[in-house]
Amino acid sequence: MAVAGLIFSNIHDSSIPEFTTMRTMASIPFGCRYRLVDFPLSNMVNSGITKIGIITHNNYQSLMDHIGTGKDWDLARRSGGIKILPPFITAYDNSGSKLYTTRLEALMGVTNFISRCNEDYIVLSDCDGICNIDLSDVIAAHIDNNADITIVTRCLGDADFGIKDATAIKADDNGAVTEASAYIDGVSGEEVSTNIMVVNRMFLLAAIRDAAAHGYRHFFKDIVARRLGRARIFRYLYEGTFIHIASLESYFASSMKLLEADVRNDLFNVPNRPVYTKLRNSPPTRYASGAKVINSYVADGCVIEGTVENSILFRGVKVGKGTVVKNCVLLQDTFTGNNVALNCVITDKNAVICDGRTLSGHSSMPFFIPKGAMV
Amino acid sequence: MSRNKECVAMLLAGGQGSRLYALTETNAKPAVPFGGKYRIIDFPLSNCVNSGIDTVGVLTQYQPLMLNEYIGNGLPWDLDRAYGGVQILPPYQGKNGADWYKGTANAIYQNLQFINRYDPEYVIILSGDHIYKMDYAKMLDFHKKTGADCTIAVIDVPREEASRFGIMSADADGKIFKFTEKPKNPDSTLASMGIYIFTKSVLEKYLCEDAEDPTSSNDFGKNIIPNMLGGGEKLMAYPFAGYWKDVGTIASLWETNMDLLGDVPALDLNDEEWRIYSRHSAHAPQYVGKDALIENSSLTDGCEIYGTVRNSVLGAGVKVMEGAEVVDSVILDDVVVESGARVSFSIIDGNTVIGKDCVVGAPKNSAKEITVIGAKINVPAKTVVAEGAMISKAADLNKEGK
Repeated sequence: MAVAGLIFSNIHDSSIPEFTTMRTMASIPFGCRYRLVDFPLSNMVNSGITKIGIITHNNYQSLMDHIGTGKDWDLARRSGGIKILPPFITAYDNSGSKLYTTRLEALMGVTNFISRCNEDYIVLSDCDGICNIDLSDVIAAHIDNNADITIVTRCLGDADFGIKDATAIKADDNGAVTEASAYIDGVSGEEVSTNIMVVNRMFLLAAIRDAAAHGYRHFFKDIVARRLGRARIFRYLYEGTFIHIASLESYFASSMKLLEADVRNDLFNVPNRPVYTKLRNSPPTRYASGAKVINSYVADGCVIEGTVENSILFRGVKVGKGTVVKNCVLLQDTFTGNNVALNCVITDKNAVICDGRTLSGHSSMPFFIPKGAMV
Repeated sequence: MSRNKECVAMLLAGGQGSRLYALTETNAKPAVPFGGKYRIIDFPLSNCVNSGIDTVGVLTQYQPLMLNEYIGNGLPWDLDRAYGGVQILPPYQGKNGADWYKGTANAIYQNLQFINRYDPEYVIILSGDHIYKMDYAKMLDFHKKTGADCTIAVIDVPREEASRFGIMSADADGKIFKFTEKPKNPDSTLASMGIYIFTKSVLEKYLCEDAEDPTSSNDFGKNIIPNMLGGGEKLMAYPFAGYWKDVGTIASLWETNMDLLGDVPALDLNDEEWRIYSRHSAHAPQYVGKDALIENSSLTDGCEIYGTVRNSVLGAGVKVMEGAEVVDSVILDDVVVESGARVSFSIIDGNTVIGKDCVVGAPKNSAKEITVIGAKINVPAKTVVAEGAMISKAADLNKEGK
């Protein structure tokens, strides 16, 4: 049973503009040492998928830098491996060369990749959902159901309160989807799509061609909803930890969730399913004599001389003497001088906070310091 | 098509390291873990890559399984090359029978074919016993500039320690006129670091002559270097002043780990200019719990700390549970220290479990000797492991324990 993967790197970029002005959704750093794309990539690799395309749109330099040849995911292969699929615009196109705006248009742009695969199935995944899911189980269910599309769904939790950007899914007792609607209530317990899907490759190709012929633009509205009752469309309810990044506030809340042992174990300590990321060869983290660290998640390469509480520290963060970092998410190589006080702050990479500064946001509105900024 | 490489490195990694006891029971010394996320061999390998040497033969003999697996295709060091890269060179069966590597020089002699494939002008001989950061390119420049046949890296050691090393006597220009292995009364304090650069043609000549000599012990220090001095070749001493430590004993391994700690660590691995590379185990980040206390310590990915860690170096995936205490110790990968256990002044090898309320070792200020517990040992709850004990299997616990 051969399966290929396709990852949408830019979809939902606009939901977290603080991070995505210079990068894709896929390359947003998360969880001390990962980027969002590491989760779908690792899920695929751990399920035996070794041919993966990443569909990009714009700002994908950081993504290319992160992926490199794909060797950190064991995807530097002669046959298969990882391919970045940039937007396809011909030089002789006078139609204004517009970039795609929807999932379906993105798929149309990579028809070549899909038709050149010889795998029977394709797993589609976005990058704004974080989970450690056994995709081979989803694929097995897909085959069992003799399905054309299997949509992985989840039930909204309290953390998703007020979510609007999702597709509500209703299914019958056999798991066959009966309704797919873009209008959701956003209440706890409502079943929505994770946008992780298994599709039959030939079905997908036919659906894309059909959509192109009819001028269709929306995957759920035009491919899924139009075919309900005609095609075999099933759902697979995923009940493990699923974190959805929908805004800066939810990024902050999701990061703080990593301080809960259950969430960490469900994401990172699953036997045989590690999460892979680009290696940086940082040395271990050094806790100095005056350091005081409690309830925090810390990457390698940090030097901690001050106090850190309820925080997430990425690789290479420096916490100076007398500095107190509380409820913060400090991205790679953030430098805090001495006697700094931070509370509910998110710093992007390479931020510098000089001696003696005091900065505070609130959990409902974390204070964001952009990449490379000096305070 | 073969292409010439200017300099090929040969890394002697076959040593048993018997003075590391339990740590080398099933593992060659170069593969012994160091500094939380490294193995000793990461240092010479990273030095090679950072010095622009991309062809490295690793000579293995003793317990090579872990070493072979660790080096793999050389990817972590960027040595997975289309031409050159890292290659494992075990002893092999030849036309006239099979031989183990009889000595350091014999190991190189048996692999002259490997060296000659790359037709290098120079060969650098390294060992997998030392922790240091060194730019071999500078040493090679020195070798070329002085027109030496052999250049030996030397470091100034305290006179009282000089008798532990191979000692060089050199004139003001660095030309060596005398070499003595472990002299009783050293007349110089320039110790050989075990790093040699040879002009290949000269090396080959002396290796072949040495192989013909049945009385030779086929060793660089004992035979090749003295023979070259006797033969009137130009041997130069290349002075090195940075951090360099032999980690051949339990005490020196412990000390060298401790050099990673302190406000200004004696050995700084947080060095963007000279990264030391290692194979990563895909552990998650480290979690520090609500009641944890971590002081003057080095921790890496996968650690989970709920108890106290002081003046210690922890490997990947080490768990220190509530109320447990790890002080002045080196803990290797995936060790679990259960609640209430106390580990002091010890080295604990990988995957060992220290049961609840165990007491391992004695506080450093009262203990004379380091306690060592080997890999994959389940130390039952409330066991007392005496100071200085060397536990290499669970059965030793009954003898050494309470």
